[in-house]
Amino acid sequence: MITVNGEEFGWREGLTVQDILDAKNYTFRMLSVWINGGPVQSREAYAATLVPDGAEVEVIHMISGG
Amino acid sequence: MKILAGWDYAPSPSRFGYTRETLYVGLGDHDGDYRFEKRPVSDDMIDKFIGGRGFGLKLLWDAVTPDTKWDDPRNEIVISGGPICGITQYPGAGKCYSVFLSPLTEQTYNSNAGGYFAPLLKFSGFDAFELQGKADREVIVYIDGDKGRIEILESGIAGDKNAYAVTECLHEYFATDEKDKKNISVVSSGQAAAHSFWGCMNFSFYDPRRKVSRLKQAGRGGGGTVLRDKGVLALAVKMSRVTGSSTGPADADTLSRIGGKVHKEIRDFDDVQCKMRSIGTAHLNEIMNDYDLLPVNNYKFGRHDDIGKIHSEEYRKRFAQGMPDGCWYGCSLSCAKATPPFELSTGPWKGRQVIVDGPEYETAAGLGSNVGIFDPEWTIEANFYADHYGIDTISLGTGMAFVCECYELGLINKDHTGGLELEFGNKADIMELIHRIADGADEFSRIVALGARRMKELFAEKYGADREVMEDIAMEGQGLEASEYRCQESIAQWGGYFLTLKGPQHDEAWLIFMDMVNKQLPTFEDKAEALFYFPNFRLWFSLVGLCKLPWNDIEPEDNHTKYKGIDAAKVPEHVQNYVDIYNAVTGKSVVKEDLITMSERVYNFERVFNLRMGKGTRANHNCPSRGLGPVFEDEWLARPDYFDGKLREAGCEPEGMSAREKIKTLQAHRRGQWEQLVDKVYERRGWNRNGIPTLETVRRLGIDYPDVVGLLERSLKPEDAFR
Repeated sequence: MITVNGEEFGWREGLTVQDILDAKNYTFRMLSVWINGGPVQSREAYAATLVPDGAEVEVIHMISGG
Repeated sequence: MKILAGWDYAPSPSRFGYTRETLYVGLGDHDGDYRFEKRPVSDDMIDKFIGGRGFGLKLLWDAVTPDTKWDDPRNEIVISGGPICGITQYPGAGKCYSVFLSPLTEQTYNSNAGGYFAPLLKFSGFDAFELQGKADREVIVYIDGDKGRIEILESGIAGDKNAYAVTECLHEYFATDEKDKKNISVVSSGQAAAHSFWGCMNFSFYDPRRKVSRLKQAGRGGGGTVLRDKGVLALAVKMSRVTGSSTGPADADTLSRIGGKVHKEIRDFDDVQCKMRSIGTAHLNEIMNDYDLLPVNNYKFGRHDDIGKIHSEEYRKRFAQGMPDGCWYGCSLSCAKATPPFELSTGPWKGRQVIVDGPEYETAAGLGSNVGIFDPEWTIEANFYADHYGIDTISLGTGMAFVCECYELGLINKDHTGGLELEFGNKADIMELIHRIADGADEFSRIVALGARRMKELFAEKYGADREVMEDIAMEGQGLEASEYRCQESIAQWGGYFLTLKGPQHDEAWLIFMDMVNKQLPTFEDKAEALFYFPNFRLWFSLVGLCKLPWNDIEPEDNHTKYKGIDAAKVPEHVQNYVDIYNAVTGKSVVKEDLITMSERVYNFERVFNLRMGKGTRANHNCPSRGLGPVFEDEWLARPDYFDGKLREAGCEPEGMSAREKIKTLQAHRRGQWEQLVDKVYERRGWNRNGIPTLETVRRLGIDYPDVVGLLERSLKPEDAFR
């Protein structure tokens, strides 16, 4: 189990950042993803970035809108 | 055109962002008593009110009394850009604010627009333009900055008096040749403004590549209605001497350096971030749908299966690509999208090919999903006619959405609507209603044109419609129709819409992602802090003449890794840019915290102003039930598991309850949360429980002018104090 923005999210072997974004339908482009307090450096790396079990994941949508 | 009055003046050049003079034009009181004055700008005015909206509010405060109504000759339209307005080195620097007493909200309103008017006004010698009185005939006010002359002209325009026609005509009339047209900017409304409270002001710039006048709208609040009520067909300004140093900046090199950095960001990253250059704000259509934020059928639902039909790609295909679409020189973000020649299929210009500015997101949603229409061609046509007729597309969209729901609920019927069948999605009849509003064709269209708040009163009075139901579903606050985001699942955005100075317009705070998705505002204190910071930060743009979009619709490459959480959302590097360019223009030495204080001062002054006009208290911060959650069963049943979960979070077990009971329970719970939010926000803003700034607050901010203090001493009650 991991948390995404404080909510529980099922973990599986090989889970990537992109898998989380797809499952949550986070389609906004201006995201900031942090895992256990550290940033994922590149948005292009989401599909290749593995998320460890027990991780605290923050998916921050930059404000935009309006 | 016949000259009714004229006045020669010596234009003052802008130095450090200010000409230190404002222009007053009085139109008399239907008596032809035209007056012109240059008025000095004091150090106190600059220090306390900065420019733009701040100048507008101060000048309007001095012009009106507590008894002044929107259609009183005393009411003014004040247009001002601000010290940064007119620079060409940084994107989005041609904005101005129009301030006036609004027919919709019966208090102050401020509405922003791009276009060339404010920069050309400044370079013609004026930090602000005050227009007061009512003309004795239809006039055009013309400021010729090249010659140093102001004229009031009898309009003499026969026939079509709508925005595109008037603007095109005046660019032609005042220009010496084709090349000269770009040196002119026109402000106009349209025929609808004569009987609608939704009258918008269209600010022009000339597009030399397309060889047409383009229009940017100060859409909201009824500024166009005030303009027409004054007997003014249009304002026009001409100034041909525009350079990168026309503002007289203290440090031009810094402006160039900071601007160059942001232009590079836009060039390198816009295509993978917000796509403003290719689609503009309509890039939000499918994103809002994905997050249940797209208003569908009067905000009942947040998404729709037909979203593909209004996907941003559909708009991209319909916008001309590869054209520089900035609405002021130097704006590389270029979000002012326009169609190639588009053939109109209805109305007085049926069959004509026109260039349509937009639609932007608000229009694509308001005159789209919110009225149940998923057809970009229809929306583009509705957008064109709204601008042309001088109608605010946001109020029109939200107002029409309310009308459609009333119709579907049977609160009004064909006997009332003049035979129109106004179900959601009825493209032909909804378009026909837009044309009827423009004509003031019948009682129904004239009632609709007065806005949602008056529709509630008049539908009940004249058609026997259920007032209680209409109060629940009309998405208006303080008399203004909400803009096009479904806010009910974000407590913070309840405040972002309904705890604002002027009503539910998204330019104060857009906190939905931060609150609902990112979960960064878990407590009411957190939400209140955001509802302190962001309205104040965003207000700063309106003081200096900047567009908000280059702040956070483009970001530095490392913003999302260098900064975390709310700090990242503030885009710190861009905030520093603003500090640097403000200092570079004005020669001052402010730091980022000063930006908030500048704004807080004007924010509170505006709140006091509204109190002075008989508003500005807790009672005026209304929030409709639709803004808080589902009102009818079909809304709940669209997301039953989600809403059941919300009930459980509230400590209520939904098992065994009917949908009706669930709705009632959730609404009661959220109404309690709303009241909690109101208290926390008021306290954080330095107001009392009744939403009135305290004496301590106005003294801290240095706006403790005798008339402000006197008003507050009469209004503040001990029982309303927080402690």
